[in-house]
Amino acid sequence: MEVGLFHYLFVGALLLVMGIFGIFLNRKNVIVILMSIELILLAANLNLVAFSAALDDMVGQVFVMFTLTVAAAEAAIGLAIVVIYFRNRGSIQVEDVNLMKG
Amino acid sequence: MIASVMFYVFAAILLTAAAMVVSARNPVHAVLFLIVVFFNAASLFLLTGAEFLAMILIIVYVGAVAVLFLFVVMMLDVNFTALRSGFQRYLPVGLAVGAVLLAELTIVLSGWKVAPEASMLRLAPRVAHVHNTVQLGRLLYTQYIFLFQAAGLVLLVAMIGAIVLTLRERSFSRHQDIARQVARMPDDTLVLMDVPSRTGIAGIGIQRPKPAPEPQPAPELEPAAHGPAEGQP
Repeated sequence: MEVGLFHYLFVGALLLVMGIFGIFLNRKNVIVILMSIELILLAANLNLVAFSAALDDMVGQVFVMFTLTVAAAEAAIGLAIVVIYFRNRGSIQVEDVNLMKG
Repeated sequence: MIASVMFYVFAAILLTAAAMVVSARNPVHAVLFLIVVFFNAASLFLLTGAEFLAMILIIVYVGAVAVLFLFVVMMLDVNFTALRSGFQRYLPVGLAVGAVLLAELTIVLSGWKVAPEASMLRLAPRVAHVHNTVQLGRLLYTQYIFLFQAAGLVLLVAMIGAIVLTLRERSFSRHQDIARQVARMPDDTLVLMDVPSRTGIAGIGIQRPKPAPEPQPAPELEPAAHGPAEGQP
């Protein structure tokens, strides 16, 4: 069976669902939540590359470059926030992060 | 044919590893499965012909992002078992949301056809016999140069932000005080004395330090801003 655009799109959809499932499953562990966000961004990248190949258009791959940039920046900032939160509180329980709520 | 088989193999490993990422008991294992996910995604990129992006994915994601995750997971001394306490409770909700989302996406994908005129709307068609990296570079450095610069700025802001967030003053660290070094005059630290002939320095009241009978504990280190002559009488 020839692999086409929809095979890649389905893999991307499954990866996205897996990432969202991971966010729901690890509600307390912010590091795994960040990893799930990485999975979601990877699914978006996979879709962009699949469309780029199917339509023979290079712009999809240019978009992937920018998505990769934003994903790397997001991971760095997110992990920095995790580190300072751990330094201040001694835990990384996401459910405790409502201290600034009015 | 072989490409189709490889697609199924890579996709299966990718999805299995993604499931392990979100359900692994140990976060270090989760990061390692994340690396597997990135490698297999890079293989899928290769299958579609995006060679440069596949290599970028390995270098940036596996080399930087996943190792950063690994650093943080191993550096923070977190009780990870306590973080999994709500795992069973959130499982049905997660499964329900995931199932609904997957059903919706399947419906969208199954009833969707690519418009025939979509291939007429291409912005930058692929050129035959030109390498993928060359084509991507030609686009990035000409048509998308401002977006490329903006991406660089995003990385710069992220770098500065990460440094500013995690920087802390340590009271015991020795900093170089440049103003103090520059303002230091010779008269503050150096004393010139006339020593009369044939008397030695003992004649004008300067005693040589006696040899220590037993080895002293560690001598107190002077910061670099002090001169070497300051400790002398």
